[in-house]
Amino acid sequence: MTTVHRSKKFDGISVLNAAFLILVSLLCILPLVHIIAVSFSSSAAASAGYVRLWPVDFTFASYMYTMSRTEFWQSMVVSLTRIGIGTPLNLLLTILVAYPLSKESHALRFRSVYAWAFFVTMLFNGGLIPWYTTLKEYGLLDSIWALVLPGAVPVFSVVLLLNFFREIPKELEEAALIDGAGHFRTVWSIFVPISKPALATLALFSMVEHWNSWFDGLLLMGNPANYPLQSYIQTIVIQQNLSNMSRDAMLDLALISDRTLKSSQIFLGSLPIILAYPFLQKYFVKGIVLGSVKG
Amino acid sequence: MRAKLRKELPLHLMLLPGLVMIILFSYVPMAGVMIAFQKFIPAKGLFGDQKWVGLDNFEYVMNLPSFTQVLWNTLFISSLKLILGLIIPLVFAILLNELASNVIKRSVQTAIYLPYFLSWVVLGGILIDILSPSGGIVNEFLGWFGVSKIFFLGDNDWFPFTLIASDVWKNFGYGTIVYLAAITGIDPGLYEAATIDGANRWHKTWHITIPGIRMVIVLLSVLSLGQLLNAGFDQVFNLYSPQVYESGDILDTFVYRIGLLDAQYGVATAVGFFKSIISLTLISSSYFLAYRFAKYRIF
Repeated sequence: MTTVHRSKKFDGISVLNAAFLILVSLLCILPLVHIIAVSFSSSAAASAGYVRLWPVDFTFASYMYTMSRTEFWQSMVVSLTRIGIGTPLNLLLTILVAYPLSKESHALRFRSVYAWAFFVTMLFNGGLIPWYTTLKEYGLLDSIWALVLPGAVPVFSVVLLLNFFREIPKELEEAALIDGAGHFRTVWSIFVPISKPALATLALFSMVEHWNSWFDGLLLMGNPANYPLQSYIQTIVIQQNLSNMSRDAMLDLALISDRTLKSSQIFLGSLPIILAYPFLQKYFVKGIVLGSVKG
Repeated sequence: MRAKLRKELPLHLMLLPGLVMIILFSYVPMAGVMIAFQKFIPAKGLFGDQKWVGLDNFEYVMNLPSFTQVLWNTLFISSLKLILGLIIPLVFAILLNELASNVIKRSVQTAIYLPYFLSWVVLGGILIDILSPSGGIVNEFLGWFGVSKIFFLGDNDWFPFTLIASDVWKNFGYGTIVYLAAITGIDPGLYEAATIDGANRWHKTWHITIPGIRMVIVLLSVLSLGQLLNAGFDQVFNLYSPQVYESGDILDTFVYRIGLLDAQYGVATAVGFFKSIISLTLISSSYFLAYRFAKYRIF
C-alpha cells in the first residue's frame, strides 16, 4: 500500500513511534509463536512452564498423536469438502445475483424489490431456534449441505460485486449484445474475466469464512464424525478436559501433555490461514478498498 | 413489450436460484419467529398444531432477574468494544502513516492484521492458554513486575475487560487498514502546502489528516451503531464458563443456553425476537444516518 510521503525526519518522536508500533506488532504475533513453541515442546517442559518463544526438548509427539486420530482426519475431510462445495457455490450465486442487480431499474423490472429481498436478509433473521428448527425440518442435520446451503448467497459479497460490475463500461456490454450474445454469455465471457481480481477477493473471503466456521458444525451435526475441523478443535481445545477420554487414549497421552496437545491443534487449525496469509492480506486490502471506503 | 420481456427474462432467471436459497434459508426461518408466541413442541413440527400462548414467553423472560443482567452485560461489553474499536484503529492509522520506513510500515501492517483472520476457536484456545493463572505466560510476565496472579477468564471483575481487550486485539488491524486506505486518498499537495506554511506534524494531523478522513470516521461510527446488541457470540462462547456468567453472559449466549441446552424453545425465540427487532431498528436507522451524513448507499 502506498502512503503519503511528507517530512520524514528521524527525530526522537519518530523513533519512539516506530518502537511503539513494533511493540504492538509483537503483541499480535507472539501469542501465536508461543503456542507453536509449546506444541513442539516435550510434555514435561510445557507443563512446567519452561517454554517461551522457542520449543524446549523439541518433539513431534503431540502432532503424531493428533494425526493418529481418525476424528482429526474425518473433520479435515469435512472442512475441505465444505470449502470445495461452499466456495464455488458462493461465487456462482454471487455472480448470478449481482449481474441482474447491477442493471438500472428500467432494464430490469422489480429491480428494487429484488434488491430489498436480498438486503433484508442482512438486517433481520428469525434467530437461533427458528433457524435450527427449519434446518432440522428440511432433514439437513448431519449433512454437509447444512454447512453450505444456509449461507449460499453471501449478500455482502453481492453488494461488493454489483458495485464492481457497475464500473464496467457500458459499451462492452452493448457490443456483446449487438454481436448476438445473450445475458448469460455476456456474464461469462465479459463480466467474469474482467472481474477476476474482485472474484479472487470474494473467493478468499468465502474460503476463510468456511474454514473458520465452527458453530454451525457444532450445532447442526449430531454425530461428531461430521464435525468440520474448527468444530472438532472447539470440542477438544475449549470444551473438553482430557479426563473424559478413553483408556487407550490416556496411555498414548503419557508422552504428551494436555497443553502441548491443545497447542498443536490450535496451530493446525490456523495453519492454512497462516500459509495463505501473504495472498490473503494483499487481496483483502484490495477488497476493503473495493468495498468499505468507496461510498 | 414482448421483445423487452424476452430480453429481460434471462435476468430474472439468473436471480431465481439465489431467491430460492434466501426464501428457504432466510425467510422461512423468519416465519419461525412465531415460536416466540407458542409453547413449542419440536415433535409437532414448525407448522404443526402448536399451542399459542400470546405474550407469556416474553413476560416470563422479562421477569427473570438474570435477563436484566444479561441485557446490561450485552450493552456494556458491546458499547465499549464499539468505542475502542473506532478510536484505536484511527490512532494506529495516524501513527503508521507517520512512519518514515516503508519496510517497518509494511511489517507492522502485516503483523497487526493477522489475528483478524483467525477464528475465535483458535484465538480462544490461545487466550485460554496464555491467560491461565497456572503457568500462563501473561501472568508469569506480570509476575516479573510483582503483579499477583489475575484470573482474566474466571473473575467477574476482569472477564468483561478481557473480552473487550481481546476483541480490540483481534480486530484493530482491520480498522487500521480501512483508515489507512482513506488517508492514502488525501491529496499530498495539502501536506506540502502546509509544510511550506510552517505547519508541524500535529498541525498536519489535526488540520489535514483527520478532516480528510472525516467521512470514513462518520461512516464507520454510524454503521457500527447497528451492532449494539451483538456483543460477540463467537468470542464469548469460546471464552466463558459458569463462573463468569454473571458478568459475561450476553443475549446470544443466553438464547443458546435457555433454548438449546434447557430446551425452552419458545422463551429463547422470544429473546431472539426481541433482539432482532431492536437490532433491525438500530441498523435501519444507522443506514439512514449513514446516507444522510456520509452519502453512503448500499446499492
